[in-house]
Amino acid sequence: MRFLAYLRSLGGKFLHSSSLSDEMEEELASHMQHRADDLEGSGLDRAEAERRARIEFGGQQRFKEECHEALGGNLIEGLVNDVRHSLRSLRKSPGFTFAAVATLALAIGANAVVFSVMNAFLLRPLEVPHADSLYALWRSEAGDAHMSYPDYLDLQNRNRTFDGLVAFNMTEAGLTAGDNPTPVWVYETSGNYFDALRLQPYLGHFFHGSDEHGANSAPYAVLTYPTFHTRFHDDPGVIGRTVQINKHPFTIIGVAPPDFHGTILFFSPDLFVPIVDQEQVEGQNLLNARNNRWVFMVMGHPKAGITKAQAVADLNSISTYLAQAYSQDDGKTTLTLARPSLYGDYLGRPVRAFMSALMMLAGLILLAACANLGSLFAARAADRSREVALRLALGSSRRRILRSLFTEAVLISIVGGAVGLLGSVMLLHALSAWQPFPRWPIHLGVNPDANVYILALLLSLVSGFLFGAVPVRQILRTNPYEVVKAGASGVIAGSAGKRLSVRDLLLVVQIAICAVLVTSSLVAVRGLMRSLHNDFGFDSQNTLMVETDLSLANYKAQDVPAMQKRMIEALAAIPGVESVGVADGIPLAEGQGDSNVFTDQTADLRPSNVAADANMYKISPDCLRAAGTVLLAGRSLTWHDDQSAPRVAIVNQEFARRLFGSTEKAVGGYFKMPDGMRIQVVGVVEQGKYGSLTEDPQTAMFLPILQWPSSHTWLVMRSQRDPQQLGPTVRAALHRLDAALPLYVETRYQAMDLVLFGPRMATISLGVLGVMGAILSITGIFGMAAYTVSRRVRELGIRIALGAPRKGVLQAALGRSVKLLAFGSTAGLLLGILASRVLGFIVYQATPRDPLVLAGVVLAMSLLGLLATWIPAQRALRIDPLVLLREE
Amino acid sequence: MTDQAQILPGTLDLLILKAVSLGPLHGYGVLLRIGQISGRALLIEQGALYPALFRLVRQGLLTASWGTSENNRRAKFYELTATGRKRLREETDGWNRLAAAIGSALAAQPEEV
Repeated sequence: MRFLAYLRSLGGKFLHSSSLSDEMEEELASHMQHRADDLEGSGLDRAEAERRARIEFGGQQRFKEECHEALGGNLIEGLVNDVRHSLRSLRKSPGFTFAAVATLALAIGANAVVFSVMNAFLLRPLEVPHADSLYALWRSEAGDAHMSYPDYLDLQNRNRTFDGLVAFNMTEAGLTAGDNPTPVWVYETSGNYFDALRLQPYLGHFFHGSDEHGANSAPYAVLTYPTFHTRFHDDPGVIGRTVQINKHPFTIIGVAPPDFHGTILFFSPDLFVPIVDQEQVEGQNLLNARNNRWVFMVMGHPKAGITKAQAVADLNSISTYLAQAYSQDDGKTTLTLARPSLYGDYLGRPVRAFMSALMMLAGLILLAACANLGSLFAARAADRSREVALRLALGSSRRRILRSLFTEAVLISIVGGAVGLLGSVMLLHALSAWQPFPRWPIHLGVNPDANVYILALLLSLVSGFLFGAVPVRQILRTNPYEVVKAGASGVIAGSAGKRLSVRDLLLVVQIAICAVLVTSSLVAVRGLMRSLHNDFGFDSQNTLMVETDLSLANYKAQDVPAMQKRMIEALAAIPGVESVGVADGIPLAEGQGDSNVFTDQTADLRPSNVAADANMYKISPDCLRAAGTVLLAGRSLTWHDDQSAPRVAIVNQEFARRLFGSTEKAVGGYFKMPDGMRIQVVGVVEQGKYGSLTEDPQTAMFLPILQWPSSHTWLVMRSQRDPQQLGPTVRAALHRLDAALPLYVETRYQAMDLVLFGPRMATISLGVLGVMGAILSITGIFGMAAYTVSRRVRELGIRIALGAPRKGVLQAALGRSVKLLAFGSTAGLLLGILASRVLGFIVYQATPRDPLVLAGVVLAMSLLGLLATWIPAQRALRIDPLVLLREE
Repeated sequence: MTDQAQILPGTLDLLILKAVSLGPLHGYGVLLRIGQISGRALLIEQGALYPALFRLVRQGLLTASWGTSENNRRAKFYELTATGRKRLREETDGWNRLAAAIGSALAAQPEEV
């Protein structure tokens, strides 16, 4: 009951807080009136009596506060009071408040953004039920998850530890729904895909394992929600409708749940079709090819009560059996379980490494911001030492003063955190909506969730207490009598004489952190610059690419070579085009093929005897010349290398070295394909980059496209003309041949977008963090320098009056700041060099031992220092001793 | 002023309860009453009275209501509640015991030890 009454009084107090204050006021006034009445009675006049009564009563405000406390609920009441007081005192120094809030907003915002990305990529599971128990089958030796379809079927049928294994593959197809065919991204999935993933349709129904009755037996399509939304305008009547996928009729039977974006992050499909329809969707049937590992990933939930180890043992017993039963096609394969969302460790490892590094840097930013704010607060507390001393002298407790100080710090941190979070949410929404590659269904779903908000709040509070704690000692040591006697400046002069104050230390720490950030971002930028001007094994300048797939435009296999030749001729006729070639894929772009190759001496062509897994490009004669790839030995391909001619190939240096020992020995030599076909090497080209910028030397072979026809077509054009201007001409020329041809015209760099995405993102994010670090160090140094100057105006004035030279004045005013800056920068640079090793994982050729980077960091930090001390220096030089004297 | 003693910490509440037990009083009246009953021997800081009054009201020992004073001014009058009366008794007993104990302790002579 007592507690209830307390609560009521608390509630009542809140509701009538102001009336309560009025009442208290009235009561105290009444007291003084009564006292004045008595004093008047003893012979004083009224005014004097009232004055005396007020004096006798004592500090009204203090007693009122004590009354409030005595009334209980003083925690909340006191908090409200503290907040009000803090707001008042912050309003009095808008510059300080703005600087503090902005600093913190930057730091918290950066952390929120980095954490959201990490949260979305690493912490948040796939949008399927029980995602935590969903595993992909990972081939340890190969380092990927690819399977052949027959192997998948064996694994699915023979395992006893999984609640169904599902398979899926991603491909592009032309979708016709009443209008012209448009390219869409398709997941070809096993029939049990939706059932085993335990998904429920948003509309209609899904296809099931029971729908599969051999090749092309299940012409059903399930739409993703975004496709349903944008392409079919949320029309429920779409269920049951027949659409054409690569000219084959498919019935739309359902729509997947809105938040389901497929079973690998980043790559969102447009629709799902059964994998047994592969021939209709891709134009080829590999359902029975045990040696072709085209299935992108196989995954499943282990049965309840089955441990990971049991599941792995079960899978490997099947894998061993497969290697024995089909030794021609299946080598020894160790299967493990991996997380599907980032394709096991393939994307997972670099993303994890990078995000952790980024999170660390963002944490450093926050730390630097806290150090920055800490020294601002300490300076402010020193400035207010008079006020603090007065309050202490008037009977306020130190606890009370500390409490208001912390309230101020937390208030700033919360406002800063809110502003930062707001900014980061806007940025994240933009990022989520962003489609970095128009050509690819890649989305970065990084919208913030509750985790992010909680983290931002926690970080705000923690940093508030962190920087709020800096001036605590200062306040606890304040001796009111000394301060009031000496005046504020006297006390500061005393503490400035110390060798190293907390403020100095904080400044050094902050500058060091900022120097680390600046170093890292410079290392990253430099690495990216280098990787862009590296030797790729082709000329990235003056090259224009056109990508198309003739099968999407419904060309029959036998018509493809003729059409490709006509396309080459059409483009070669454009003025300014020097050479044109065709390839089925190009290095450092997506969709390249590869094949095992064997030495000519190998008789037993089983996978374990393989000589190399070579990247495979099917090219037209002029292609290498158009791409700017240098032929080192032998001849290039000709139009005579066709179906009736002996099989030939051009290989790269690594291929020559690995299979033949050297470039010279390779020309004229033979190697074997997995089906036993012998191919003669007629030429060797320079080494290039094929899969990624950071790869070790890879083997590659270039086969005549007339001997290895492919409908997937990259046209490679060499021209000195401006690509912007050439693009439309090229498009027009090709559309004159076939108006329905889907075309992507891009420069060589654009074609490398996917490969460069990682390094670019890394560079951008590190660059942004570097800039933030720079801003923080500017504000930090500026604050310190400006503060020093303002505290020592009198001393500097005297120096000037006594005829000190400008240099001397500057040295006296800013020497300390500059020294701290130099010290912090050196420490930061050294740390940055150590930290850059981490960057080496992500950013190509990121080495801090680069004189340009070192010089850049030194230059950047000096510039920052100059910038930050400029205004205080000007102020110090402009001090007019006469004005000062008058003020005193 | 040298003949007035500072009151011991903790005794202000007791004095207020005693003063109010003799009849409803407003704040200034409490002060006067304490002065009167203590023979003007105790010094109470005027403002310090009010936090104590508010505390006692919150503890349910006093009730307060607005009324008109003998000077014809609006004032808040305090009255003892039943709990307050009980508390006053207890505290008075406690004080008396304490005072007696300290008195006898201070009156001790060497031969009694």
